[in-house]
Amino acid sequence: MSQLTNEQIRVALIDKFGDVFTEWSEPLGMLTFAAPKDMNLKVLQFLYDEESLSFRFMTDLQAVHYPDRIGEELCVVYHLHNMRDNVRIRFKVYTDVQAPDVFSTTALFAAANFMERETYDFFGVNFVGHPNLIRVLNVDEMDYFPLRKEFPLEDQTRVDKDDEMFGR
Amino acid sequence: MPIMSEDILLPEGAGEKQTTTLNLGPTHPATHGVFQNILELDGERILKATSTVGYIHRAFEKIAERRPLYQITPLTDRLNYCSSPINNMGWHLTCEKLLGVQTPKRVDYLRVIIMELARIADHLICNSIVGVDSGAYSGFLYLMQYRELIYEIYEEVCGSRLTTNIGRIGGFERNFTNTAFEKLEKFLKEYPEQLNEFEKLFKRNRIFMERTIGCGPISAERALNYGFTGPNLRAAGIDYDVRVHTPYSSYQDFEFTIPVGTTGDCYDRFLVRQQEMWQSLSIITQAYKKVQEFKGQEAEVYHADTPAYYLPEKKDVYTKMEALIWHFKIIMGETAIPPGEVYHAVEGANGELGFYLISDGGRTPYRLHFRRPCFIYYQAFPELVEGGLLSDAIITMSSLNLIAGELDA
Repeated sequence: MSQLTNEQIRVALIDKFGDVFTEWSEPLGMLTFAAPKDMNLKVLQFLYDEESLSFRFMTDLQAVHYPDRIGEELCVVYHLHNMRDNVRIRFKVYTDVQAPDVFSTTALFAAANFMERETYDFFGVNFVGHPNLIRVLNVDEMDYFPLRKEFPLEDQTRVDKDDEMFGR
Repeated sequence: MPIMSEDILLPEGAGEKQTTTLNLGPTHPATHGVFQNILELDGERILKATSTVGYIHRAFEKIAERRPLYQITPLTDRLNYCSSPINNMGWHLTCEKLLGVQTPKRVDYLRVIIMELARIADHLICNSIVGVDSGAYSGFLYLMQYRELIYEIYEEVCGSRLTTNIGRIGGFERNFTNTAFEKLEKFLKEYPEQLNEFEKLFKRNRIFMERTIGCGPISAERALNYGFTGPNLRAAGIDYDVRVHTPYSSYQDFEFTIPVGTTGDCYDRFLVRQQEMWQSLSIITQAYKKVQEFKGQEAEVYHADTPAYYLPEKKDVYTKMEALIWHFKIIMGETAIPPGEVYHAVEGANGELGFYLISDGGRTPYRLHFRRPCFIYYQAFPELVEGGLLSDAIITMSSLNLIAGELDA
């Protein structure tokens, strides 16, 4: 069996969807690309169904917050794995932090359920179509999304806090 | 005065309901960790299970955004704390991949020894706990002695036992002492016998087989869809092992097989773990042999030559200017990380443990995400136990090898 190369994946994707992809790169050998956010399900479904690609294992799903990229502050990153040819790819979609709606992939990958809940929990990405999009690790009453960059960690040198128990 | 039934506050509709709601956890002794499962029971049969996680969430991903690379290693200890060396090594390997550090062969082999010891420590706990949960306590006691011996080896190498913080970016903090090797030899000599005895106790034990066969099964297809990795996926019949598919730390130099099961039930998971321990023993023997082949100057190599990330020896810090500068820069976290993004996975004791690290060229990661195998396969738990008995749920939970620390990160 011939080994699936990054170039073949790239050609297959461009053949199917045209030139909608951006940010093609290969950091340390892993093919990375981004697509418009309303296409994420179509792209993932194509990568899953197409026999020559068959990316049928979702390794990981998480988000990254880039406050400087106006209009596309939140980036949802999917790591997919083709176990037959042992190829991994990284697929990104960017979304506006004001309207962070991204289609849920739970129908395609059962594994995405908790991972999307976690991403919602920390970044507030609203996965449209998720069966149970509630916080998973943080308390239910929390009213902010802690991994966004506007919440810096507490400065370790602050002196205005008086805590008798911990001696600060 | 007798307590009247109207004095007890029950949830609305509880009197009319025909089923029982049971909170299994978060502090139930049989859950081995802080998870809560709300089970809806009809007699002893589980109709519905809802799992709640997050009781020991410690926001490691956020904390890591303020720490230089070497200070993140102690955070990884606390993921799967039954096999922290694997997490530590996985993290070092991720950093090395991003920084472009090449480790010497001897370091790779020493790492393999430590990682496989950690895998054995993890599997032996998991398997003996499956035994405890099915009513056989003695196997646990006998195997536990050997976890103690493994911990003594860690102690010789890095000074700590459970949360090891073992190794550095580029290698180990110190060379293995003779005592460490002696203890390793003792382990290699005595453990097989003990493991054999343990296996005899369980493998064809009628009671154990009846408790575990057909309990919490999953098909290969569902397991893949649920993102299973590690022994749980292999028990379902898929021979995926990161050590073989994307070898790291010179795993390609060793001969070993990937044990697989067929049904993905508790019994198969038990057998796969059992076989993996034998494979790990064989890998350790091979690695130890390779380590012994290094003689003279070569046997002194225990780290890569990367002064920017590897702490210099303390006596050099006091006498050499350059070493002092590096020491200061590393300790103060003043070394910039080259920009880039990297995903690196290692075969953790319960599945593919991945680190996704994004650096923007600063001194700390811009974003770090841990792919925790537990968190991902725990989603399948309701599907595994629904329709089964309450006691099956407990065995299924322990045979999935769920570690709360890893689940909640």
